[in-house]
Amino acid sequence: MTDTKTAGTYAPKPGAAPLSRMVRAQAWLETRTQLRNGEQLLLTVIIPTLLLVLFSAVDIVDTGKGSRVDFLAPGILALAMLSTAFTGQAIATGFERRYGVLKRLGASPLPRWGLMTAKTCSVLAIEALQVLLLTVVALALGWSPHGNPATVLLLLLLGTAAFSGLGLLMAGTLKAEATLAGANLVFILLLVGGGVIVPLDKFPDAAQSALQLLPISALSDGLRDVLRHGTGVPWADLGVLAVWAVLGLGAAARFFKWE
Amino acid sequence: MRSSAAVEVAGLVKRYGSRTAVDGLDLTVARGTVTAFLGPNGAGKTTTIETCEGYRRPDSGTVRVLGLDPVTQGAELRPRIGVMLQSGGIYPTARVEETLRHMATLHAHPLDVTALIDRLGLGGCGRTPYRRLSGGQQQRLALALALVGRPELVFLDEPTAGLDPQARHATWELVRDLRADGVTVLLTTHYMDEAEELSDDVAIVDGGKVIAQGTPEVLCKGGAENTLRFSGRPGLDLTSLLKALPAETAAVELSPGSYRLTGTVDPQLLATVTSWCAQNGVLPDRISVERRTLEDVFLELTGRGLRA
Repeated sequence: MTDTKTAGTYAPKPGAAPLSRMVRAQAWLETRTQLRNGEQLLLTVIIPTLLLVLFSAVDIVDTGKGSRVDFLAPGILALAMLSTAFTGQAIATGFERRYGVLKRLGASPLPRWGLMTAKTCSVLAIEALQVLLLTVVALALGWSPHGNPATVLLLLLLGTAAFSGLGLLMAGTLKAEATLAGANLVFILLLVGGGVIVPLDKFPDAAQSALQLLPISALSDGLRDVLRHGTGVPWADLGVLAVWAVLGLGAAARFFKWE
Repeated sequence: MRSSAAVEVAGLVKRYGSRTAVDGLDLTVARGTVTAFLGPNGAGKTTTIETCEGYRRPDSGTVRVLGLDPVTQGAELRPRIGVMLQSGGIYPTARVEETLRHMATLHAHPLDVTALIDRLGLGGCGRTPYRRLSGGQQQRLALALALVGRPELVFLDEPTAGLDPQARHATWELVRDLRADGVTVLLTTHYMDEAEELSDDVAIVDGGKVIAQGTPEVLCKGGAENTLRFSGRPGLDLTSLLKALPAETAAVELSPGSYRLTGTVDPQLLATVTSWCAQNGVLPDRISVERRTLEDVFLELTGRGLRA
Protein backbone atom coordinates (compact mmCIF):
# COMPACT_ATOMS: atom_id res chain seq x y z
CA MET A 1 0.00 0.00 0.00
CA THR A 2 1.45 3.33 -1.00
CA ASP A 3 0.96 6.21 1.32
CA THR A 4 -0.69 8.88 -0.77
CA LYS A 5 -2.64 10.10 2.21
CA THR A 6 -3.00 13.77 2.85
CA ALA A 7 -4.96 15.02 5.82
CA GLY A 8 -8.64 15.38 5.11
CA THR A 9 -8.82 12.86 2.27
CA TYR A 10 -11.55 10.92 4.02
CA ALA A 11 -13.32 13.90 5.55
CA PRO A 12 -17.01 12.98 5.28
CA LYS A 13 -18.88 14.48 2.36
CA PRO A 14 -21.70 12.05 1.82
CA GLY A 15 -24.50 12.27 -0.70
CA ALA A 16 -26.36 10.27 -3.29
CA ALA A 17 -25.77 10.93 -6.97
CA PRO A 18 -28.82 12.17 -8.94
CA LEU A 19 -31.22 9.30 -9.46
CA SER A 20 -31.01 9.39 -13.25
CA ARG A 21 -27.23 9.06 -13.09
CA MET A 22 -27.46 6.12 -10.70
CA VAL A 23 -29.98 4.26 -12.85
CA ARG A 24 -28.00 4.95 -16.03
CA ALA A 25 -24.75 3.76 -14.44
CA GLN A 26 -26.39 0.60 -13.09
CA ALA A 27 -28.07 -0.19 -16.42
CA TRP A 28 -24.82 0.31 -18.29
CA LEU A 29 -22.92 -1.92 -15.84
CA GLU A 30 -25.52 -4.69 -16.16
CA THR A 31 -25.55 -4.47 -19.95
CA ARG A 32 -21.75 -4.65 -20.13
CA THR A 33 -21.68 -7.60 -17.75
CA GLN A 34 -24.23 -9.48 -19.85
CA LEU A 35 -22.50 -8.75 -23.13
CA ARG A 36 -19.18 -9.95 -21.68
CA ASN A 37 -20.65 -13.22 -20.53
CA GLY A 38 -20.03 -16.00 -23.06
CA GLU A 39 -22.83 -18.33 -21.95
CA GLN A 40 -25.33 -15.49 -22.04
CA LEU A 41 -24.27 -14.51 -25.55
CA LEU A 42 -24.69 -18.11 -26.66
CA LEU A 43 -28.24 -18.01 -25.38
CA THR A 44 -29.25 -14.55 -26.52
CA VAL A 45 -27.39 -14.17 -29.80
CA ILE A 46 -25.90 -17.35 -31.18
CA ILE A 47 -28.74 -19.83 -30.61
CA PRO A 48 -31.54 -17.60 -32.02
CA THR A 49 -29.42 -16.61 -35.04
CA LEU A 50 -28.37 -20.19 -35.75
CA LEU A 51 -31.92 -21.47 -35.44
CA LEU A 52 -33.17 -18.76 -37.78
CA VAL A 53 -30.53 -19.50 -40.40
CA LEU A 54 -30.65 -23.28 -40.08
CA PHE A 55 -34.42 -23.76 -40.12
CA SER A 56 -34.90 -21.17 -42.88
CA ALA A 57 -32.30 -22.75 -45.12
CA VAL A 58 -33.11 -26.41 -44.51
CA ASP A 59 -36.57 -27.95 -44.62
CA ILE A 60 -36.47 -29.72 -41.26
CA VAL A 61 -39.85 -28.75 -39.85
CA ASP A 62 -42.95 -28.36 -41.98
CA THR A 63 -43.93 -24.74 -41.40
CA GLY A 64 -46.99 -24.83 -43.62
CA LYS A 65 -47.71 -22.67 -46.62
CA GLY A 66 -45.50 -19.71 -47.50
CA SER A 67 -41.80 -19.08 -47.08
CA ARG A 68 -40.11 -20.66 -44.11
CA VAL A 69 -38.40 -17.47 -42.97
CA ASP A 70 -41.75 -15.65 -42.81
CA PHE A 71 -42.92 -18.30 -40.36
CA LEU A 72 -39.65 -18.50 -38.42
CA ALA A 73 -38.62 -14.85 -37.98
CA PRO A 74 -41.52 -13.91 -35.64
CA GLY A 75 -40.99 -17.07 -33.57
CA ILE A 76 -37.25 -16.43 -33.28
CA LEU A 77 -37.93 -12.84 -32.21
CA ALA A 78 -40.16 -14.21 -29.46
CA LEU A 79 -37.42 -16.66 -28.50
CA ALA A 80 -34.90 -13.81 -28.32
CA MET A 81 -37.15 -11.94 -25.88
CA LEU A 82 -37.43 -15.14 -23.82
CA SER A 83 -33.65 -15.62 -23.78
CA THR A 84 -32.92 -12.13 -22.46
CA ALA A 85 -35.91 -11.17 -20.33
CA PHE A 86 -36.46 -14.59 -18.79
CA THR A 87 -33.45 -16.92 -18.97
CA GLY A 88 -30.64 -14.36 -18.98
CA GLN A 89 -32.22 -12.13 -16.36
CA ALA A 90 -33.14 -15.05 -14.10
CA ILE A 91 -29.64 -16.51 -14.15
CA ALA A 92 -27.85 -13.17 -13.71
CA THR A 93 -30.15 -12.04 -10.90
CA GLY A 94 -30.04 -15.44 -9.21
CA PHE A 95 -26.26 -15.33 -9.00
CA GLU A 96 -26.24 -11.67 -7.96
CA ARG A 97 -28.44 -12.69 -5.10
CA ARG A 98 -26.26 -15.66 -4.24
CA TYR A 99 -23.03 -13.60 -4.25
CA GLY A 100 -24.57 -10.91 -2.07
CA VAL A 101 -24.41 -8.31 -4.86
CA LEU A 102 -28.06 -7.41 -4.37
CA LYS A 103 -27.51 -7.19 -0.63
CA ARG A 104 -24.49 -4.91 -1.05
CA LEU A 105 -26.40 -2.66 -3.46
CA GLY A 106 -29.19 -2.58 -0.89
CA ALA A 107 -26.88 -0.52 1.36
CA SER A 108 -25.91 1.84 -1.46
CA PRO A 109 -27.77 5.03 -2.37
CA LEU A 110 -29.44 3.27 -5.31
CA PRO A 111 -33.00 2.45 -4.21
CA ARG A 112 -34.44 -0.98 -5.02
CA TRP A 113 -36.88 0.34 -7.56
CA GLY A 114 -33.98 2.19 -9.18
CA LEU A 115 -32.15 -1.13 -9.44
CA MET A 116 -35.18 -2.79 -11.01
CA THR A 117 -35.55 0.10 -13.46
CA ALA A 118 -31.90 -0.30 -14.41
CA LYS A 119 -32.36 -4.04 -14.94
CA THR A 120 -35.33 -3.36 -17.19
CA CYS A 121 -33.38 -0.77 -19.20
CA SER A 122 -30.54 -3.23 -19.59
CA VAL A 123 -32.91 -5.98 -20.78
CA LEU A 124 -34.51 -3.59 -23.27
CA ALA A 125 -31.12 -2.47 -24.58
CA ILE A 126 -29.99 -6.04 -25.22
CA GLU A 127 -33.33 -6.89 -26.80
CA ALA A 128 -32.98 -3.92 -29.14
CA LEU A 129 -29.62 -5.29 -30.28
CA GLN A 130 -31.15 -8.74 -30.75
CA VAL A 131 -34.07 -7.41 -32.79
CA LEU A 132 -31.69 -5.42 -34.97
CA LEU A 133 -29.40 -8.39 -35.59
CA LEU A 134 -32.20 -10.91 -36.22
CA THR A 135 -34.06 -8.49 -38.51
CA VAL A 136 -30.97 -7.99 -40.63
CA VAL A 137 -30.33 -11.74 -40.82
CA ALA A 138 -33.98 -12.51 -41.61
CA LEU A 139 -34.13 -9.85 -44.31
CA ALA A 140 -30.99 -11.32 -45.82
CA LEU A 141 -32.79 -14.68 -45.86
CA GLY A 142 -35.67 -13.15 -47.81
CA TRP A 143 -38.06 -12.18 -45.00
CA SER A 144 -40.90 -9.86 -45.98
CA PRO A 145 -42.51 -8.49 -42.81
CA HIS A 146 -45.98 -6.91 -42.75
CA GLY A 147 -48.13 -5.14 -40.20
CA ASN A 148 -47.90 -2.14 -37.96
CA PRO A 149 -44.51 -1.72 -36.19
CA ALA A 150 -46.26 -0.16 -33.18
CA THR A 151 -48.28 -3.33 -32.64
CA VAL A 152 -45.08 -5.37 -32.92
CA LEU A 153 -43.43 -3.12 -30.32
CA LEU A 154 -46.41 -3.48 -27.98
CA LEU A 155 -46.23 -7.27 -28.26
CA LEU A 156 -42.48 -7.28 -27.60
CA LEU A 157 -42.82 -5.03 -24.55
CA LEU A 158 -45.69 -6.99 -23.05
CA GLY A 159 -43.81 -10.23 -23.72
CA THR A 160 -40.75 -8.77 -22.00
CA ALA A 161 -42.85 -7.80 -18.99
CA ALA A 162 -44.30 -11.32 -18.74
CA PHE A 163 -40.90 -13.03 -19.09
CA SER A 164 -39.21 -10.61 -16.67
CA GLY A 165 -41.80 -11.26 -13.98
CA LEU A 166 -41.35 -15.02 -14.28
CA GLY A 167 -37.56 -14.75 -14.46
CA LEU A 168 -37.34 -12.53 -11.37
CA LEU A 169 -39.78 -14.77 -9.50
CA MET A 170 -37.47 -17.71 -10.15
CA ALA A 171 -34.28 -15.77 -9.34
CA GLY A 172 -35.71 -14.35 -6.14
CA THR A 173 -37.05 -17.56 -4.66
CA LEU A 174 -34.83 -20.45 -5.81
CA LYS A 175 -31.16 -21.18 -5.22
CA ALA A 176 -28.88 -19.83 -7.92
CA GLU A 177 -27.97 -23.30 -9.20
CA ALA A 178 -31.64 -24.31 -9.37
CA THR A 179 -32.39 -21.10 -11.28
CA LEU A 180 -29.54 -21.80 -13.68
CA ALA A 181 -30.78 -25.32 -14.43
CA GLY A 182 -34.46 -24.41 -14.38
CA ALA A 183 -34.19 -21.32 -16.58
CA ASN A 184 -32.26 -23.26 -19.22
CA LEU A 185 -34.70 -26.16 -19.10
CA VAL A 186 -37.68 -23.84 -19.47
CA PHE A 187 -35.91 -22.16 -22.40
CA ILE A 188 -35.54 -25.47 -24.22
CA LEU A 189 -39.06 -26.67 -23.43
CA LEU A 190 -40.59 -23.40 -24.60
CA LEU A 191 -38.37 -23.41 -27.67
CA VAL A 192 -39.92 -26.73 -28.67
CA GLY A 193 -43.44 -26.35 -27.34
CA GLY A 194 -44.04 -22.62 -27.69
CA GLY A 195 -44.70 -22.28 -31.40
CA VAL A 196 -41.22 -20.88 -32.02
CA ILE A 197 -39.98 -23.24 -34.71
CA VAL A 198 -42.62 -25.97 -34.53
CA PRO A 199 -46.14 -24.78 -35.45
CA LEU A 200 -48.54 -25.46 -32.58
CA ASP A 201 -50.97 -27.25 -34.93
CA LYS A 202 -48.46 -30.12 -35.11
CA PHE A 203 -49.40 -30.96 -31.51
CA PRO A 204 -52.54 -32.95 -30.50
CA ASP A 205 -55.61 -30.78 -29.99
CA ALA A 206 -55.67 -31.12 -26.20
CA ALA A 207 -52.02 -30.16 -25.88
CA GLN A 208 -52.50 -27.32 -28.33
CA SER A 209 -55.13 -25.53 -26.28
CA ALA A 210 -52.89 -25.68 -23.21
CA LEU A 211 -49.74 -24.65 -25.07
CA GLN A 212 -51.54 -21.66 -26.57
CA LEU A 213 -51.79 -20.18 -23.10
CA LEU A 214 -48.02 -20.08 -22.61
CA PRO A 215 -46.52 -16.57 -22.82
CA ILE A 216 -44.04 -17.65 -25.47
CA SER A 217 -46.86 -19.08 -27.65
CA ALA A 218 -48.91 -15.93 -27.24
CA LEU A 219 -45.92 -13.81 -28.22
CA SER A 220 -44.81 -15.90 -31.20
CA ASP A 221 -48.41 -16.32 -32.38
CA GLY A 222 -49.18 -12.62 -31.98
CA LEU A 223 -45.98 -11.57 -33.76
CA ARG A 224 -46.72 -14.04 -36.54
CA ASP A 225 -50.28 -12.73 -36.97
CA VAL A 226 -48.97 -9.22 -37.41
CA LEU A 227 -45.68 -9.72 -39.22
CA ARG A 228 -46.74 -12.59 -41.48
CA HIS A 229 -50.41 -11.94 -42.06
CA GLY A 230 -50.61 -8.22 -41.41
CA THR A 231 -53.37 -8.68 -38.80
CA GLY A 232 -54.37 -5.49 -36.93
CA VAL A 233 -54.17 -6.08 -33.19
CA PRO A 234 -53.99 -9.66 -31.86
CA TRP A 235 -56.10 -8.97 -28.77
CA ALA A 236 -56.23 -12.56 -27.51
CA ASP A 237 -52.44 -12.89 -27.50
CA LEU A 238 -51.98 -9.47 -25.89
CA GLY A 239 -54.50 -10.54 -23.26
CA VAL A 240 -52.61 -13.75 -22.47
CA LEU A 241 -49.34 -11.81 -22.19
CA ALA A 242 -50.94 -9.17 -19.97
CA VAL A 243 -52.25 -11.82 -17.57
CA TRP A 244 -48.80 -13.46 -17.35
CA ALA A 245 -47.16 -10.07 -16.84
CA VAL A 246 -49.49 -9.14 -13.99
CA LEU A 247 -49.22 -12.56 -12.32
CA GLY A 248 -45.44 -12.86 -12.80
CA LEU A 249 -44.49 -9.35 -11.74
CA GLY A 250 -46.98 -9.46 -8.88
CA ALA A 251 -45.62 -12.76 -7.57
CA ALA A 252 -42.04 -11.57 -7.99
CA ALA A 253 -42.78 -8.39 -6.05
CA ARG A 254 -44.44 -10.43 -3.32
CA PHE A 255 -42.01 -13.33 -2.97
CA PHE A 256 -38.61 -11.99 -4.08
CA LYS A 257 -36.01 -12.51 -1.35
CA TRP A 258 -33.08 -10.13 -1.60
CA GLU A 259 -30.67 -12.32 0.38
CA MET B 1 -32.73 17.09 14.90
CA ARG B 2 -29.09 16.19 15.13
CA SER B 3 -28.45 13.40 17.58
CA SER B 4 -25.15 13.50 19.39
CA ALA B 5 -24.31 9.81 18.98
CA ALA B 6 -23.58 8.18 15.64
CA VAL B 7 -25.28 4.96 16.66
CA GLU B 8 -27.81 4.49 19.45
CA VAL B 9 -29.22 1.04 20.04
CA ALA B 10 -31.55 0.50 22.98
CA GLY B 11 -33.14 -2.79 24.02
CA LEU B 12 -32.68 -4.35 20.60
CA VAL B 13 -34.25 -7.80 20.25
CA LYS B 14 -34.00 -9.86 17.06
CA ARG B 15 -35.26 -13.42 16.74
CA TYR B 16 -34.87 -15.88 13.90
CA GLY B 17 -37.61 -18.43 14.42
CA SER B 18 -37.14 -19.78 17.92
CA ARG B 19 -33.55 -18.57 18.20
CA THR B 20 -32.95 -15.20 19.82
CA ALA B 21 -29.91 -13.71 18.09
CA VAL B 22 -29.98 -10.37 19.89
CA ASP B 23 -31.54 -10.16 23.31
CA GLY B 24 -31.98 -6.65 24.67
CA LEU B 25 -28.78 -5.10 23.39
CA ASP B 26 -27.76 -1.51 24.20
CA LEU B 27 -24.97 0.23 22.38
CA THR B 28 -23.88 3.81 21.90
CA VAL B 29 -21.21 4.85 19.44
CA ALA B 30 -19.98 8.43 19.82
CA ARG B 31 -19.33 10.44 16.68
CA GLY B 32 -15.77 10.51 15.47
CA THR B 33 -14.69 7.45 17.42
CA VAL B 34 -13.63 3.95 16.51
CA THR B 35 -15.69 1.35 18.35
CA ALA B 36 -14.87 -2.33 18.27
CA PHE B 37 -17.62 -4.85 18.65
CA LEU B 38 -16.07 -7.98 20.14
CA GLY B 39 -17.72 -11.29 20.76
CA PRO B 40 -17.62 -15.00 20.10
CA ASN B 41 -19.26 -16.43 16.99
CA GLY B 42 -23.02 -16.26 17.20
CA ALA B 43 -22.95 -13.55 19.87
CA GLY B 44 -25.17 -11.27 17.79
CA LYS B 45 -22.55 -8.90 16.34
CA THR B 46 -23.46 -9.23 12.68
CA THR B 47 -27.20 -9.19 13.37
CA THR B 48 -26.80 -5.95 15.33
CA ILE B 49 -24.66 -4.34 12.64
CA GLU B 50 -27.05 -5.44 9.91
CA THR B 51 -29.94 -3.98 11.83
CA CYS B 52 -28.07 -0.66 11.98
CA GLU B 53 -27.49 -0.91 8.23
CA GLY B 54 -31.22 -1.34 7.64
CA TYR B 55 -31.13 -4.98 6.52
CA ARG B 56 -33.08 -6.31 9.50
CA ARG B 57 -36.19 -5.03 11.18
CA PRO B 58 -35.92 -5.09 15.00
CA ASP B 59 -38.43 -7.31 16.79
CA SER B 60 -38.33 -4.76 19.59
CA GLY B 61 -36.15 -1.94 20.82
CA THR B 62 -35.00 1.15 18.99
CA VAL B 63 -32.13 1.72 16.60
CA ARG B 64 -31.02 5.19 15.53
CA VAL B 65 -28.13 5.68 13.15
CA LEU B 66 -27.01 9.27 12.60
CA GLY B 67 -30.30 10.12 14.26
CA LEU B 68 -32.32 8.20 11.67
CA ASP B 69 -34.39 5.03 11.76
CA PRO B 70 -32.59 2.63 9.36
CA VAL B 71 -35.86 0.92 8.36
CA THR B 72 -38.19 3.86 7.74
CA GLN B 73 -35.55 6.47 6.84
CA GLY B 74 -33.22 4.16 4.94
CA ALA B 75 -33.22 6.24 1.77
CA GLU B 76 -31.93 9.23 3.71
CA LEU B 77 -29.45 7.17 5.72
CA ARG B 78 -27.85 4.99 3.03
CA PRO B 79 -25.85 7.69 1.23
CA ARG B 80 -24.31 8.69 4.57
CA ILE B 81 -22.99 5.28 5.63
CA GLY B 82 -20.34 2.95 4.24
CA VAL B 83 -20.83 -0.77 4.51
CA MET B 84 -18.32 -3.60 4.34
CA LEU B 85 -20.11 -6.92 4.44
CA GLN B 86 -18.50 -10.10 5.71
CA SER B 87 -19.25 -11.69 2.35
CA GLY B 88 -17.90 -9.16 -0.13
CA GLY B 89 -21.10 -8.74 -2.16
CA ILE B 90 -19.14 -8.46 -5.39
CA TYR B 91 -19.81 -10.40 -8.58
CA PRO B 92 -16.95 -12.85 -9.35
CA THR B 93 -16.36 -11.50 -12.85
CA ALA B 94 -16.58 -7.83 -11.83
CA ARG B 95 -13.27 -6.02 -12.22
CA VAL B 96 -11.62 -4.06 -9.43
CA GLU B 97 -11.60 -0.60 -10.93
CA GLU B 98 -14.95 -1.00 -12.67
CA THR B 99 -16.59 -2.07 -9.40
CA LEU B 100 -15.14 0.82 -7.47
CA ARG B 101 -15.89 3.40 -10.18
CA HIS B 102 -19.44 2.18 -10.30
CA MET B 103 -19.92 2.61 -6.55
CA ALA B 104 -18.31 6.04 -6.85
CA THR B 105 -20.85 6.99 -9.55
CA LEU B 106 -23.68 6.28 -7.12
CA HIS B 107 -22.39 9.02 -4.80
CA ALA B 108 -22.36 12.78 -5.11
CA HIS B 109 -18.80 13.53 -3.93
CA PRO B 110 -16.82 10.29 -4.14
CA LEU B 111 -13.15 9.82 -3.32
CA ASP B 112 -10.64 9.75 -6.13
CA VAL B 113 -10.84 6.13 -7.28
CA THR B 114 -7.28 5.87 -8.57
CA ALA B 115 -5.84 7.23 -5.34
CA LEU B 116 -8.00 4.89 -3.28
CA ILE B 117 -6.92 1.89 -5.36
CA ASP B 118 -3.28 2.84 -4.82
CA ARG B 119 -3.81 3.46 -1.14
CA LEU B 120 -5.20 -0.05 -0.74
CA GLY B 121 -2.38 -1.64 -2.70
CA LEU B 122 -4.67 -2.74 -5.52
CA GLY B 123 -2.82 -0.62 -8.08
CA GLY B 124 -1.67 -3.55 -10.20
CA CYS B 125 -5.04 -5.24 -10.46
CA GLY B 126 -7.47 -2.63 -11.78
CA ARG B 127 -8.67 -4.95 -14.54
CA THR B 128 -8.50 -8.16 -12.51
CA PRO B 129 -11.84 -9.89 -11.93
CA TYR B 130 -12.84 -10.22 -8.27
CA ARG B 131 -12.59 -14.02 -8.25
CA ARG B 132 -8.91 -13.88 -9.30
CA LEU B 133 -7.93 -11.65 -6.38
CA SER B 134 -6.30 -13.12 -3.28
CA GLY B 135 -8.42 -13.24 -0.14
CA GLY B 136 -6.64 -10.19 1.22
CA GLN B 137 -7.18 -8.22 -1.99
CA GLN B 138 -10.86 -9.14 -1.98
CA GLN B 139 -11.16 -7.84 1.58
CA ARG B 140 -9.47 -4.59 0.62
CA LEU B 141 -11.75 -4.08 -2.35
CA ALA B 142 -14.76 -4.58 -0.09
CA LEU B 143 -13.25 -2.04 2.29
CA ALA B 144 -12.67 0.43 -0.53
CA LEU B 145 -16.33 0.08 -1.56
CA ALA B 146 -17.35 1.11 1.95
CA LEU B 147 -15.21 4.24 1.82
CA VAL B 148 -15.53 5.55 -1.72
CA GLY B 149 -18.74 7.53 -1.06
CA ARG B 150 -17.09 9.59 1.71
CA PRO B 151 -19.45 8.39 4.43
CA GLU B 152 -19.83 9.86 7.91
CA LEU B 153 -20.03 6.43 9.45
CA VAL B 154 -18.62 3.11 8.28
CA PHE B 155 -19.57 -0.38 9.38
CA LEU B 156 -16.74 -2.85 8.92
CA ASP B 157 -17.69 -6.47 9.55
CA GLU B 158 -14.42 -8.29 10.30
CA PRO B 159 -12.29 -6.05 8.08
CA THR B 160 -9.04 -7.94 8.63
CA ALA B 161 -10.27 -11.54 8.79
CA GLY B 162 -7.81 -13.67 6.85
CA LEU B 163 -5.35 -10.87 6.07
CA ASP B 164 -1.59 -11.31 6.32
CA PRO B 165 0.21 -9.16 8.92
CA GLN B 166 1.29 -6.48 6.42
CA ALA B 167 -2.23 -6.07 5.06
CA ARG B 168 -3.65 -6.01 8.59
CA HIS B 169 -1.33 -3.21 9.62
CA ALA B 170 -2.11 -1.29 6.46
CA THR B 171 -5.83 -1.63 7.17
CA TRP B 172 -5.27 -0.42 10.73
CA GLU B 173 -3.39 2.55 9.37
CA LEU B 174 -6.35 3.34 7.13
CA VAL B 175 -8.81 3.09 10.02
CA ARG B 176 -6.65 5.54 11.98
CA ASP B 177 -6.70 7.93 9.02
CA LEU B 178 -10.48 7.67 8.85
CA ARG B 179 -10.69 8.54 12.51
CA ALA B 180 -8.28 11.43 12.10
CA ASP B 181 -10.50 12.80 9.33
CA GLY B 182 -13.59 12.59 11.51
CA VAL B 183 -15.21 9.40 10.20
CA THR B 184 -16.99 7.28 12.81
CA VAL B 185 -16.08 3.60 12.59
CA LEU B 186 -17.93 0.63 14.04
CA LEU B 187 -16.06 -2.60 13.40
CA THR B 188 -16.50 -6.17 14.48
CA THR B 189 -13.49 -8.33 15.09
CA HIS B 190 -12.26 -11.51 16.71
CA TYR B 191 -8.79 -10.08 17.15
CA MET B 192 -8.16 -8.62 20.59
CA ASP B 193 -5.00 -6.86 19.51
CA GLU B 194 -6.96 -5.19 16.74
CA ALA B 195 -9.58 -3.91 19.17
CA GLU B 196 -6.90 -2.78 21.62
CA GLU B 197 -4.83 -1.15 18.92
CA LEU B 198 -7.55 0.72 17.07
CA SER B 199 -10.50 1.50 19.19
CA ASP B 200 -11.50 4.29 21.49
CA ASP B 201 -14.23 2.12 22.80
CA VAL B 202 -14.80 -1.62 23.02
CA ALA B 203 -18.16 -3.31 23.42
CA ILE B 204 -18.00 -6.98 24.36
CA VAL B 205 -21.10 -8.83 23.29
CA ASP B 206 -22.19 -12.31 24.26
CA GLY B 207 -25.54 -14.06 24.19
CA GLY B 208 -27.05 -11.15 22.28
CA LYS B 209 -26.19 -8.53 24.92
CA VAL B 210 -23.38 -6.07 25.49
CA ILE B 211 -21.79 -7.42 28.66
CA ALA B 212 -19.06 -4.79 29.00
CA GLN B 213 -18.27 -1.52 27.29
CA GLY B 214 -15.48 0.97 27.84
CA THR B 215 -12.08 2.07 26.63
CA PRO B 216 -9.57 -0.78 26.32
CA GLU B 217 -7.66 0.69 29.31
CA VAL B 218 -10.71 0.78 31.57
CA LEU B 219 -11.78 -2.72 30.59
CA CYS B 220 -8.31 -4.07 31.24
CA LYS B 221 -8.00 -2.33 34.60
CA GLY B 222 -11.35 -3.31 36.04
CA GLY B 223 -11.80 -6.34 38.29
CA ALA B 224 -8.81 -8.62 38.34
CA GLU B 225 -5.40 -7.60 39.65
CA ASN B 226 -2.20 -7.00 37.84
CA THR B 227 1.04 -8.88 38.23
CA LEU B 228 4.69 -8.05 38.80
CA ARG B 229 7.31 -10.74 38.32
CA PHE B 230 11.01 -10.73 39.02
CA SER B 231 13.84 -13.15 39.57
CA GLY B 232 16.54 -12.96 42.23
CA ARG B 233 18.34 -15.05 44.75
CA PRO B 234 16.22 -17.95 46.04
CA GLY B 235 14.66 -17.75 49.49
CA LEU B 236 14.12 -14.00 49.85
CA ASP B 237 12.16 -12.93 52.92
CA LEU B 238 8.89 -11.94 51.31
CA THR B 239 7.27 -11.09 54.65
CA SER B 240 9.55 -8.09 55.06
CA LEU B 241 8.77 -7.04 51.48
CA LEU B 242 5.03 -7.27 52.05
CA LYS B 243 5.35 -5.04 55.14
CA ALA B 244 6.49 -2.24 52.86
CA LEU B 245 3.61 -2.78 50.38
CA PRO B 246 -0.13 -2.01 50.44
CA ALA B 247 -2.15 -4.50 52.43
CA GLU B 248 -3.94 -6.27 49.55
CA THR B 249 -0.68 -7.16 47.77
CA ALA B 250 0.25 -10.84 47.69
CA ALA B 251 3.68 -12.32 47.02
CA VAL B 252 4.77 -15.85 46.28
CA GLU B 253 8.00 -17.62 45.29
CA LEU B 254 6.75 -19.67 42.37
CA SER B 255 9.93 -21.66 41.98
CA PRO B 256 13.31 -21.06 43.64
CA GLY B 257 14.37 -17.52 42.72
CA SER B 258 11.23 -16.69 40.75
CA TYR B 259 8.79 -14.32 42.45
CA ARG B 260 5.33 -13.07 41.66
CA LEU B 261 3.48 -10.16 43.22
CA THR B 262 -0.20 -9.53 42.58
CA GLY B 263 -2.07 -6.39 43.50
CA THR B 264 -2.40 -2.87 42.27
CA VAL B 265 0.78 -2.53 40.32
CA ASP B 266 1.51 1.18 40.05
CA PRO B 267 4.77 3.19 39.81
CA GLN B 268 4.83 3.51 43.62
CA LEU B 269 4.72 -0.24 44.10
CA LEU B 270 7.48 -0.80 41.56
CA ALA B 271 9.67 1.80 43.31
CA THR B 272 9.05 0.18 46.70
CA VAL B 273 9.97 -3.26 45.36
CA THR B 274 13.21 -2.09 43.73
CA SER B 275 14.30 -0.07 46.79
CA TRP B 276 13.58 -3.10 49.03
CA CYS B 277 15.74 -5.15 46.62
CA ALA B 278 18.50 -2.54 46.90
CA GLN B 279 18.36 -2.65 50.69
CA ASN B 280 18.66 -6.43 50.57
CA GLY B 281 21.45 -6.46 48.00
CA VAL B 282 19.31 -8.22 45.40
CA LEU B 283 19.57 -7.42 41.73
CA PRO B 284 16.04 -8.09 40.45
CA ASP B 285 16.51 -9.85 37.17
CA ARG B 286 13.86 -10.12 34.43
CA ILE B 287 11.54 -7.72 36.21
CA SER B 288 8.25 -7.38 34.39
CA VAL B 289 4.87 -5.80 34.90
CA GLU B 290 1.96 -7.61 33.31
CA ARG B 291 -1.17 -5.78 32.54
CA ARG B 292 -4.34 -7.72 31.89
CA THR B 293 -4.82 -7.88 28.17
CA LEU B 294 -8.13 -7.42 26.48
CA GLU B 295 -7.97 -11.09 25.68
CA ASP B 296 -7.87 -11.95 29.40
CA VAL B 297 -10.86 -9.71 29.99
CA PHE B 298 -12.70 -11.18 27.05
CA LEU B 299 -12.12 -14.76 28.14
CA GLU B 300 -13.04 -13.96 31.74
CA LEU B 301 -16.31 -12.47 30.57
CA THR B 302 -17.29 -14.92 27.87
CA GLY B 303 -15.75 -18.09 29.29
CA ARG B 304 -13.01 -20.29 27.96
CA GLY B 305 -15.19 -23.10 26.68
CA LEU B 306 -15.41 -23.68 22.96
CA ARG B 307 -18.63 -22.52 21.36
CA ALA B 308 -20.72 -24.82 19.27
